[in-house]
Amino acid sequence: MIEATLFAIVVYDIAALFFQFLNSFGFIILATVGLAIIFGMMGVINLAHGEFILIGVYGTALAYHAGIPLPAAMAVGVVVTTVFGVVIERTIVRHFYDRLLDSMVATWGLALVISQLLLIVFGSSLDSIGTPLGSVSYGPFSSSIYRSVLLPAIAILVLAGLYVLFTRTEFGIKARATIEDPETARAMGIDTDRMYVATFAIGSALAGLTGALYAPALGSITPNRGGTFLVEAFVAVVVGGPSVIIGTLSASGVLSLFNAGGSFFFGTFTGQMLLLLVAIVALRVLPDGITGYVDDWRQRRREG
Amino acid sequence: MTLEVEHLDAGYDATPILRDVSFSVEDGEIVGIVGRNGVGKTTLLKAIMGLLEPESGTVRFNGEELTDEPANVHADHSIGYVPQGRDVFPGLTVDQNLTIGESIGDDETRYEQVYDYFPILEERTDQDAGTMSGGQQQMLAIGRALVGDPDLLLVDEPSEGVQPSIVQSITEDLERINEEFGTTILFVEQNLSVIQGLAERCYAIDHGEIVDEITGDAVSERSRLEEYLVV
Repeated sequence: MIEATLFAIVVYDIAALFFQFLNSFGFIILATVGLAIIFGMMGVINLAHGEFILIGVYGTALAYHAGIPLPAAMAVGVVVTTVFGVVIERTIVRHFYDRLLDSMVATWGLALVISQLLLIVFGSSLDSIGTPLGSVSYGPFSSSIYRSVLLPAIAILVLAGLYVLFTRTEFGIKARATIEDPETARAMGIDTDRMYVATFAIGSALAGLTGALYAPALGSITPNRGGTFLVEAFVAVVVGGPSVIIGTLSASGVLSLFNAGGSFFFGTFTGQMLLLLVAIVALRVLPDGITGYVDDWRQRRREG
Repeated sequence: MTLEVEHLDAGYDATPILRDVSFSVEDGEIVGIVGRNGVGKTTLLKAIMGLLEPESGTVRFNGEELTDEPANVHADHSIGYVPQGRDVFPGLTVDQNLTIGESIGDDETRYEQVYDYFPILEERTDQDAGTMSGGQQQMLAIGRALVGDPDLLLVDEPSEGVQPSIVQSITEDLERINEEFGTTILFVEQNLSVIQGLAERCYAIDHGEIVDEITGDAVSERSRLEEYLVV
């Protein structure tokens, strides 16, 4: 009897840890992917990425509270963020391609402007939406089906879609050619200017999608929530390295493992601290991130 | 008249390189621009291709002025470009490199013809271009320009970094491309055997200026060309 109870407790704990991992995994992938595309494809670190996600959150929440059904409200959030991203690319970001530090300062300033504008226009908070799909209970634990099952599944689908886009379509191949060698790409007939706009628009749309998907999962919608997304995205991009898809996937896996384990055993604060600690150690050991290390290893192996 | 360059001045930032360059290339010709290192050969091809904005002068192709247009517009006007040092996209496969070239043209049979010219490319369609040898990358760079079905092919030093046996083969391939498709070829080169094997006539360039035009039998006179090639 005691053995059966102990066994049940262990199973419940493993299940809780697993769902916590999925929750964190989905969050890090979705928070990261837009930033990773803009950094990996364009050499720009968009420190306003968290605020781009927040625009998706606000677009979704405002549309939902105006009476639009949630899925359509989410589409509004994505469209608003994409349009905003294109305007920002044309007016600000285009002047900072391949100027990494300058791009960080400019987009950091942009982040401050966006969060202050949201505060001035919409006040200190918006009414929350409420997480759909309910939760699954097991023993003393329960997990949100939306956050721990649906969002991680969507995150994997997003990565798979991006893989197909950048490896199997003419647009994706041209986008990669533009990043590798813009001058030769132009000589091959590629309108590189248009490619940069399109790539930034995709990064912005993904930020908008993340905001739309997390709008119902946020307990409070406030203008300072952008930082929540940016920290984990920034850490994942740094740990993942130059390859957008494999880098995002591998970094999200490793970081989620430490984040979920730390949060489960020692609380959320410890989970966050562990995530940052892993990033610091990873940077010391793998300065070019996981995929940078793998690329170097493959190169050394080829050279014999 | 295919290509007309008139009074072209171009350079990098405040450094002028080309000075008052004028010449023309007729439809179907193979014309060489010869000269030593650093005299402005690559700069000239880049200015013609729209990769470098000229300070003054004009570039016309088939009667249309392209002087201030970006390189992608030049490519849309059926000008193909094989850059110096190949400059294939190293992280893309052979097939993906060709796909990029193909998107300019409208002749779908060109893909097969490129494989006919360079069978090694068909054997390595899924190989990353950056892992190929210098000669294979040069073949890919020419093939990538060729799939776009260009009327004019600009080739920047096809012999650079390529072993001599492959250089001979590439020279023959360029000649065959000109004969079979009627593609006009303008190339820059300082390898004497490539120039003599390929060019119908040449312009010599020195200190950014066209200083001589070498035509007819004079192209095969070693001493005439060496005057502009040997330091």
